[in-house]
Amino acid sequence: MIRLERRDKASLSVRITVWTASVFTAFALVTLLLFATGINPFTTYSAMISASISSGPGLTETLTTAVPLILTGLCAAVAFRLKLYNIGGEGQLYMGAAGASLVSLLLGGRPAIVVIICSMIAGIISGCLWALVPALLRAFLTTNEILTILMFNYVAGYFITYLIFDSASYWRDLTSPGGKVYPTGKTIPLAGWWPTYYIGSVGIPLGFILAAALALLAAFMFKRSTLGYKIRVVAGSRLAGHYGGINIKRLTVGVMLLSGGLAGLAGAAQVGSISHVLDPTSLEQIQYGYSGIVVAAIADFSPIGVVVAGTLIGAIVAAGSTLLSSTFPVGVVGAVEGILLFSFLSLGLLMKYRVSIRTRNASAGRVLRPALPATLASEIKEGDLR
Amino acid sequence: MSASTIAVSLVAGGLSYGTPVLFAGLGELLSERGGVLNLGVEGMMLVGAACGFWVALIMPGPAWLVLTVAVVTAAFAGACMAALFAVMCLLWRADQIVTGLALTIFGGAAGLSSYVASVGSLVGVPGRDFFHPVSVPGFDRIPFFGESVFSGQPILVYLSWLAVVAVSIYLYHTRWGLKLRSVGEDPAAADAMGVNVRAYRFAHVVLGGAFAGVGGATYTLALLPSWSNGLTAGVGFVAIGLVIVAFWRPELLLVGCYVFGVVLSLGFTLAAVGISLPPEFYASLPYLATVVVLVVASSIWRGRRLGAPMGLGRYYSREE
Repeated sequence: MIRLERRDKASLSVRITVWTASVFTAFALVTLLLFATGINPFTTYSAMISASISSGPGLTETLTTAVPLILTGLCAAVAFRLKLYNIGGEGQLYMGAAGASLVSLLLGGRPAIVVIICSMIAGIISGCLWALVPALLRAFLTTNEILTILMFNYVAGYFITYLIFDSASYWRDLTSPGGKVYPTGKTIPLAGWWPTYYIGSVGIPLGFILAAALALLAAFMFKRSTLGYKIRVVAGSRLAGHYGGINIKRLTVGVMLLSGGLAGLAGAAQVGSISHVLDPTSLEQIQYGYSGIVVAAIADFSPIGVVVAGTLIGAIVAAGSTLLSSTFPVGVVGAVEGILLFSFLSLGLLMKYRVSIRTRNASAGRVLRPALPATLASEIKEGDLR
Repeated sequence: MSASTIAVSLVAGGLSYGTPVLFAGLGELLSERGGVLNLGVEGMMLVGAACGFWVALIMPGPAWLVLTVAVVTAAFAGACMAALFAVMCLLWRADQIVTGLALTIFGGAAGLSSYVASVGSLVGVPGRDFFHPVSVPGFDRIPFFGESVFSGQPILVYLSWLAVVAVSIYLYHTRWGLKLRSVGEDPAAADAMGVNVRAYRFAHVVLGGAFAGVGGATYTLALLPSWSNGLTAGVGFVAIGLVIVAFWRPELLLVGCYVFGVVLSLGFTLAAVGISLPPEFYASLPYLATVVVLVVASSIWRGRRLGAPMGLGRYYSREE
């Protein structure tokens, strides 16, 4: 019979094996999906690879696309670690993009360093503010944050659509011939474009360096800082955190703001190094915010893993947006992400449990692990859903 | 527009737009009553909507047969998605919240449903067979309600009432319903009583997926009837919210869904009356209203788990 034994922490080699196995499983499943719908998977794959990794421009595109994904991935990782399900990276990113593009437009003629830093700060603040209301509701009224934040995502989407499509806002381009025909935003001044540093033909965007640095910082925060310790305690047991004197309400609001700020910075990165304009249509199509959840989950919410996973998903998204016009059906990107996440979540079982196959005799003499007292177990999970 | 026509259009709109949420909500309610929180409703709705619409476009035969098969296909598609979730959460012990979100991303606007739509070229095609508005003979003469409720609605609206009655009877007046509730409240006790916890949970998650699929198909087979990527626009999550606000009771869920529907149609009605606010404002109203309702519900009943199944969201294993 098959037995599952809980293990405390999977070793790095187990984690890497499981990770690689799930990537391969996912691609096997995607191949099946493509075959089943009459598309030659190998043509699709070779097109994807040449558009994302095997060429200098492709790799640059992958790294550029990875920036918002790593940042929204960190946004999800930071919050989910506290069992605070901030699925609002999407809306917080929209608001960050709006804030950052506003500041870039306002600061027009200033030196690049001023414009870029101010637009980053504006993005972070906008993301924080958009996360603030759900955070306060969660902390003080125990309103389910998953649902309120999701509603806020849609409201943010409508807000930026309003700015560009249905108003004469400061963001909208009302003067150029193109802008008169079809509503578009004003392109931000060149000083606000985030630089890319070239090594050979491969460009490394400023945002990528920044995102990687933030990931290191977050990893350090989780491992070594008081904040990380508090997050671990409260995530393990709210009650233990409460009795340990941790102010859970303040922690909730603080972590949510941190998470929202990261998503806001992702919005600033999207404006600064990808679109250079507030573009609601493409933001809503690409869904960096939701993909950030995928990134964080396949990285098992580890910040360093988020950089790797973000680059992987970045390659898929970059390939998707380059190939969309040709024989590449819409929806492949999301389906690949979903399948990747499913195979990772399923194989995640192997990281939490040791699977052993024994004969009945061998397991008969085993002493079962004593169960947690029922009350304690219910306290740990209590409040998760409220 | 007179006050009575406004009221009629609000009620009629509330009924139409409440129906997909009601189907999806009933499904989620069944799943949550068994103790499983499935956040994949949105993804299941979209996949159901796409598959149902596809069948209605390509299948030959009389309209009633095509539509029946389309609805069954939508239910089946939703059920398959839910089965995927159930295998991962109930057999392989994956986290319910993350897996549910994964299901939504997998099926969602950038995922499988749009893939199905692009493979079947569903985008921008008007529906061939769809549920036409019907009038209920006799009832449609009742003042006010005859105009708003008993005429001009697709038959799915009345089917959803049947579904509410059926789910209520099932939950409160059958042996299976009692066992399902016991599984949701205290899986260990149910297990000790001889109920197969995993089988009950699995069956009701799958059934919930079928309901969500039908909810999605309500858009593509009756309300719209056409396809655009991501057409449910968060309604799946609204349904989950309404299940909480309705304290996990089907009859209250019905009320909640219609209130949501009325708020949604408020925008169209106000625009028709000539109050011109930006369309994005009207579109945001139902989402903001959902937030307000959730806040009110959570602040009034703070600290009490009114009707929430005690075992909700937790994996049950005898050994742990």
